[in-house]
Amino acid sequence: MTLTHPSVSVPRRPFARLMRGLAAIGASEPQKRVQFDRPLTPWLFLAPQLAVVVIFFYWPSVEAVLSSFYIEDPFGFGATFVGMENYSDALTNARYQATAAFTAFFCVVVTALSLGIGLLLAVKADKVIRGAGPYKTVLISVYAIAPPVAGLIGMMIFDQHIGPITELFAFFGHDLRVGVNYWDTAIAVITISVWKQIPYNFIFFLSGLQTVPVSVREAALIDARSGWRRFRDIVLPLLAPTAFFLLIINITYAMFDTFAIFDVVVKDKPANNPMTLVYKVYLDGFKGNDIGGSSAQSVILMVVVAALTVVQFRFLERRVHYG
Amino acid sequence: MIKTTSIAIGSILTATTAMAATDISWWHGMGGRNGEVINEISQQFNDAQDQCNLTPISRGTYEEALSSGIAAFRSGEQPNILQVFDAGAATIISAEGATIAAEDLILEAGESFDREAFIPGVRGFYADSDGKFIGMPFNSSAPIMYYNTAAFEEAGVQPPETWEEFEEIAPALKEAGYLPLTASQLTWMMVENFKSRNNLQFASNNNGYDAIDGTEIMVTDEEQVMMFEKLKEWADDGLFGFYGAGWGDNLRPFEEGESAMWIGSSGSFGGLQQSMSDDFSAVFMPYWDGIEGAGTQSFIGGAALFAMAGHPEEENTCTAQFFTFLTSPEVQVYYHKNTGYVPITEAAYEMARDEGYYEEQPVAEIGIQQLQLDGGEWTSGYRMGFYPQIRTVMEREFNRIFSDEVEVSEAFEIIETEGNELLERFGRTASN
Repeated sequence: MTLTHPSVSVPRRPFARLMRGLAAIGASEPQKRVQFDRPLTPWLFLAPQLAVVVIFFYWPSVEAVLSSFYIEDPFGFGATFVGMENYSDALTNARYQATAAFTAFFCVVVTALSLGIGLLLAVKADKVIRGAGPYKTVLISVYAIAPPVAGLIGMMIFDQHIGPITELFAFFGHDLRVGVNYWDTAIAVITISVWKQIPYNFIFFLSGLQTVPVSVREAALIDARSGWRRFRDIVLPLLAPTAFFLLIINITYAMFDTFAIFDVVVKDKPANNPMTLVYKVYLDGFKGNDIGGSSAQSVILMVVVAALTVVQFRFLERRVHYG
Repeated sequence: MIKTTSIAIGSILTATTAMAATDISWWHGMGGRNGEVINEISQQFNDAQDQCNLTPISRGTYEEALSSGIAAFRSGEQPNILQVFDAGAATIISAEGATIAAEDLILEAGESFDREAFIPGVRGFYADSDGKFIGMPFNSSAPIMYYNTAAFEEAGVQPPETWEEFEEIAPALKEAGYLPLTASQLTWMMVENFKSRNNLQFASNNNGYDAIDGTEIMVTDEEQVMMFEKLKEWADDGLFGFYGAGWGDNLRPFEEGESAMWIGSSGSFGGLQQSMSDDFSAVFMPYWDGIEGAGTQSFIGGAALFAMAGHPEEENTCTAQFFTFLTSPEVQVYYHKNTGYVPITEAAYEMARDEGYYEEQPVAEIGIQQLQLDGGEWTSGYRMGFYPQIRTVMEREFNRIFSDEVEVSEAFEIIETEGNELLERFGRTASN
């Protein structure tokens, strides 16, 4: 099967199908048009979904784009049109650049660690025969914890005065000061974020592993004695669709869902602590009431996410084998 | 069956009577015990008359209350009363048309209003440059210095009145095994109230009161930089502890009896009574004897209530009645005793004093006494737009100062530059 031709029928390739479906909307295929006698009927079926998308996604997005061109009084009494100034202000601001750099670093580290550890645990759990149920339950249970609660638990163990991890670091001679020192806070946020996300990856990897046919594994066993080689050459490629899906989910998680963890760790007072771009949008818009500047930042974020999606689907998904 | 029906009819009738009263809403940013007291006061107001029915709604923190108030105003769903904290004052007061000046509201409702009835420290902060009350002062506090009585006895020293005295006694406290000082929210204590306690100018345009355009923050002066150089020096010498921008992180060492002094809010009094196992007392926040004209009153902290525009007249009348009700000495004293916030009128202060409350609880009087010290040219308040963001810039730089990432003077240069950029930006948001 040639991977460069997405038109080849590949039933277990949901993303490709989705993309084809999207492409088909624009293309005029007379065969498909005659399926409905009345032209309004399909729109009627689509209406609820479209309404949700328009009201909760397009409308706010358009509003954000519009207000990003203004410097606006929070109460809406006056607005000065400033063109692209909000964008150039944000992009040339050293703090914004530093936040962007940290966000990129944070996404890479959190994604790599939570995918890596999740995969390792799944591979090991896959081999457990006795007590597999409780073992898996314990690993999965963390997933049930809401991000703010995870943040609170994390803050207890990283507390400057009573945190056991702070004491552990002190034992090794490092004065861990979460909330004061930039990188100490970064360590805390990364640890909590990774800890929170591992179970999610674990569940998916585990179910992915269980779909690898026993016959394939047994055949591989004849070919290679080394467990690592069997994993690398057989299991990992078969896991690739799961891994790709998780990669996207994890990047999204690191960029957006860690918001609550940051909010709890920095206790509403960001000071010189690291933060992600989303947290900065919230900070400037909702706490600072700078609607124009904050809108421009959120539009930049939308563009980044769109670009990231395109890159992922165009370059990365080609390497994924859906079997 | 008949009984049930009659109960149902009865409850419908009660509901109708209740509906005859005008409903007004109050959004606030208080939680915990302070939030409960707000509910109690609202209930007292509802019980005291039957034309108005006030419903208080908690909107999270101060910042969240302001943001949701703004969002509600934009969609025409604003509450009658919005609580806005000190740092948000410029945002709401500059938005003319969003609020009705408290003073106008009360006079229009045919009630009397006397500026002089309020204690001096609260008169200026939420007023315009002519002294007209825009916001109604509500929960008002002052930063005061709490101290652990046992620590001072052990070290054989007296709590300091000035920072010079602090430098003299701090080593003795350290020797006695204590961390001499911690302080929460350095923006409020060591910048804003440093300015007012030492009577120093904080912003151009008369601390920002006279105009929005051209207002510039002034924090690179010798005195301000000196204050933080001292703090840094004390931190390096083990005389001062800095635990980041979080309020609680800096309070905990004091609660646990590790630090001998803590600068906090006069409103922290109630909470400390529960969380402190050691005996404690309080004194005024220190000032610098070496600065000429220092020792003046502090800025009022806390929050004020704003009457939002766009409501029918009968609702505004109810809001006015509630404001008058709030300033009555009985309500003020009740609020003062239950929260630790200071009474805002002279009459309420006298009433609490006559009841002998301060003999029982001398600490409760420190905040109000500090607000009644002599005022100076720069002590009535400050008015700067986007001020919550300016505070964020300060907090960031303070962390960097205490992590040795930046020199104090350079940090304040950055605060001034970024602060002025924000102020300039705010000037452009205004509807002029």
